[in-house]
Amino acid sequence: MIELRQLCRDFLVGDQTVHALDHLDLNIDKGEYLSVMGPSGSGKSTLLNMLGLLDKPSAGEYLLNGTATSGLKEEQRASLRGGHIGFVFQSYHLIPRLNARENIELPLVLAGVAPKLRQPRVDELLARLDLVDRAEHIPNQLSGGQRQRVAIGRAIVMEPDLLLADEPTGNLDSKSGLEVVTLLEELNAGGITLLVVTHDENMGARARRRLHMIDGAISRDWQTDSAESKSILTAKPPTGKPLTQKTDGKAPGEF
Amino acid sequence: MRFRDSTRMILGAVLSNRGKSLLTALGIGVGIAAVTLLTSLGEGLQHYLLGQFSQFGTRIIAINPGKDITQGLGGIISSTKPLSLGDAESLRLLPGIERVVPVVQGAGAVEYGNRERKGDILGVGSDMPSAWQFRVAMGRFLPDDQSGRSRSYAVLGHTMKTELFGASNPLGQNIRIGGLRFRVIGVIEEKGQMLGFDMDDIVYIPTDKALQLFNREGLMEIDVTFGPSHSSTRIAERVTQRLLERHGEEDFTLTSQDEMLATMNKVLQILTIGVAALGGISLLVGAIGIATIMTITVGERTAEIGLLRSIGSSRRQVLILFLGEAVLMSVLGGLLGLLILTVVLSAIKLAVPGLPFALNPIYLIAAIVVSGLIGLVAGVVPARKAAQLDPVDALRTE
Repeated sequence: MIELRQLCRDFLVGDQTVHALDHLDLNIDKGEYLSVMGPSGSGKSTLLNMLGLLDKPSAGEYLLNGTATSGLKEEQRASLRGGHIGFVFQSYHLIPRLNARENIELPLVLAGVAPKLRQPRVDELLARLDLVDRAEHIPNQLSGGQRQRVAIGRAIVMEPDLLLADEPTGNLDSKSGLEVVTLLEELNAGGITLLVVTHDENMGARARRRLHMIDGAISRDWQTDSAESKSILTAKPPTGKPLTQKTDGKAPGEF
Repeated sequence: MRFRDSTRMILGAVLSNRGKSLLTALGIGVGIAAVTLLTSLGEGLQHYLLGQFSQFGTRIIAINPGKDITQGLGGIISSTKPLSLGDAESLRLLPGIERVVPVVQGAGAVEYGNRERKGDILGVGSDMPSAWQFRVAMGRFLPDDQSGRSRSYAVLGHTMKTELFGASNPLGQNIRIGGLRFRVIGVIEEKGQMLGFDMDDIVYIPTDKALQLFNREGLMEIDVTFGPSHSSTRIAERVTQRLLERHGEEDFTLTSQDEMLATMNKVLQILTIGVAALGGISLLVGAIGIATIMTITVGERTAEIGLLRSIGSSRRQVLILFLGEAVLMSVLGGLLGLLILTVVLSAIKLAVPGLPFALNPIYLIAAIVVSGLIGLVAGVVPARKAAQLDPVDALRTE
């Protein structure tokens, strides 16, 4: 489904070039559940932005469902993002003046879907996300967990193939975090490809396939069978190198 | 994205911060009200002045003695001949000429019994009422006596009649003007004021009597009117030709009413535009206000723009949404401006009822269209900035 070939992303910081992604190769199959971990500045978020077609590579190629994305026009990229890719952010990025229902509905509105087709879809999601009695509340009136559920609703309302989550539990307490993770995993079980960027070892360990990044490259890429994945919920990281870095509330996106 | 959804989103964004939107719109509102008010005033003044000047009709040419072009050589002694009653008579015979009014003007005391009134004394010919479009309210106007042998008749203006005779009938009564005796044979209907000049505080007497009274050699003006099928240029040529034959040189000046009105019209139009441009400054300030607020809004909502881009919004959609906000605020300002205009106009009409105003309904529609265009122009730069934002950078902003 996703194929990255020798993908590079360079940034110019002052007069120095930083290689946020350094000749990265990666294949992701449909329905996979991946976690991406690594220290700050290792290129996790850049990789996520690249996969989400928010950013363009400096070199290399990104094939999405067999189509080379480098030749796509801005409008086509926007349309692909809208129809095939869902984003979940650490800070939710809900529009404060819109209520939960309207926030979830937004991608359908942007895509020009007729109101009578939108409503049943949004109603269904509100029920599934346990937000029916919160539908008319604006983000300020919702708890963190509820806000993230709204954000997930918005991410999946277009029924995307790929769900990209950047520190989805970073701003949540452990109970709400677990709810959100469970929800994402349910979606993955339904067939959606899920990629989670996280600093949280427990969360990273839940994925079936784990990537570890350092200096813009994938330093480790390994599968964990689901039995192990579940059993290591509280175990040490299998890298042998303990990742002490916990979510520190820092905004994601640094490379 | 559907039109209805875009409109709803734009409206939602503008209404979400009512105070800010209202103040921004108010800037445009004041500008629109100022421009409309000043333009109406300018145009009203234009109508008023043209109405005042054209009340004597437009097919009229005035001939005055002397040439008013500047000569390169100073010190040449002018050999200007006065315009005579004979000149006036000779013009009457020209083809196309309908009326000829020889005019002499002066001021003096007019006495009746033991009453005295100082007023204007106008020596005119019998053609005056039809040439100047004056109507006789009582009695008749001066008869067409043979030049130089006019009878001592006088016709009074309304004020003059009221001041000297009150409510009693002046017809057949004798008055004295500058020691000479005149019999009142008519009263001109009330004309009111023209540019502050009382048109009714006048007594009309035959031109030859006026020349005698003021001891003048020549006329101050000859007014000729011509038929509707003749052009003022053609008539002016004939008049010039005839007077050249009689005077031997061009020692007179012609002013045709339609030329004068056209010139005046042009001047007043420029004045109106100038006044409107002054009002336009406030509109410009309003536009800058919208551009400023929109720039701040784009800054404040950068993360939202990033989000919109991440969930499939194109640059164009972002551009339309932000441009729409600018246009909506501006049109709202236009409507607000019309409201201000209504209030101010009502207040002015109460305070100064005589002020000439010409509020053209087209202005009201134009005000809304113009405010929309201002929003478009003022919003273009911030909206483009929003559309050009890099989504990754935008999402990083909190």
